[in-house]
Amino acid sequence: MAEFSLPANSKIGEGKTYKAPAGAKRVKAFKVYRWNADDGKNPVMDTYEVDLDKCGPMVLDAIIKIKNEIDSTLTFRRSCREGICGSCAMNIDGTNTLACLKPIADVQGEVRITPLPHMPVVRDLVPDLNQPYAQLRSIEPWLQAETAPPPDAERLQSKEERAEIDGLWECILCFCCSTSCPSYWWNGDRYLGPAVLLQAYRWIADSRDEATGKRLDALEDPFKLYRCHTIMNCTQTCPKGLNPAKAIGKIKQLMLERQG
Amino acid sequence: MSKDTSPSVHIMRSPLGRARGLGAAKSGAAHWWAERVTSVALLPLSLYFVVSVLILKGADHAAMAAYLGEPWNAVLFLLLIGTMFSHISMGLQVVIEDYVREEGKRLALLLVVKGGVWFLALAAAVSVLKLAFS
Repeated sequence: MAEFSLPANSKIGEGKTYKAPAGAKRVKAFKVYRWNADDGKNPVMDTYEVDLDKCGPMVLDAIIKIKNEIDSTLTFRRSCREGICGSCAMNIDGTNTLACLKPIADVQGEVRITPLPHMPVVRDLVPDLNQPYAQLRSIEPWLQAETAPPPDAERLQSKEERAEIDGLWECILCFCCSTSCPSYWWNGDRYLGPAVLLQAYRWIADSRDEATGKRLDALEDPFKLYRCHTIMNCTQTCPKGLNPAKAIGKIKQLMLERQG
Repeated sequence: MSKDTSPSVHIMRSPLGRARGLGAAKSGAAHWWAERVTSVALLPLSLYFVVSVLILKGADHAAMAAYLGEPWNAVLFLLLIGTMFSHISMGLQVVIEDYVREEGKRLALLLVVKGGVWFLALAAAVSVLKLAFS
């Protein structure tokens, strides 16, 4: 059956509290999920009090400050700090988002930070994303065409054709959407999830690609595609403002169109 | 980590192999479309059913039989039964596929639920026909 409660060894306990330095005026508490494979203990929520007067505006600024100045064992992924690499995807204040794009001021009270939901945890805020990466590989996310490109130029698209992939190419594969989707939680091993389906549609919608039928064939499956029940968590959570639910709807529409 | 409560995974198959799995079943589109068609068809049919119930409020057996003796009414009732129970069957199938992971349990539950829905559908249809031809 679906899992509605955490297994005993995943139950989250109360962790340590790191007090703000004396004299700090604007103090914000960050409750951060901590777990590592080495000590054999259950995960805990550690509390770090951060002086906002000496911290950048975004949640990522705060956790980098925590790692640099308070607790160097805190582990998380980050790279570009401007919402283009997708590394710092995590659950902040109950919503999957990018820590670098989430202003601390948006969160009332203490800031709860946990890893992306329902993925195996490698350590602290680092989830194991091998499954969605492999699913992305399985939809063959590259241009497939038998017609040779012009010898002296790129493959051309009209402006209208190019506009078809707007709202799709911008995806940075942070997997905030897939890990917010209950269908992906319960059946992630078979359901491809919104991020991968949006990528699949990105190639289906690309006028330069000639493998549309093959791509649809590979998706026509009660689990790979049709586990999507238009719950819309994906669209609501996307930190880039994209609409995976709409892309999935378009795929379903094409499945129908080619039948009659 | 030597405690036996720790989760352990013994899968050596590559992530890509697992992601590809058994491949696409090449079905699902018809099921998805039928769910939508039946749900839309149920809008007017349910309205008709509610109106029928109001018309037949307090009616006795003879009045009911006379109502269903009209071919229009019998056909609409049978349409309602067919549409509604196939919609129920498809909807419950999706719920079971969503939440029951174990293959054997899933299959058993699907068979029991679909069998039950078929039984109810036929019982309802036979009742309408019996009244219609009484």
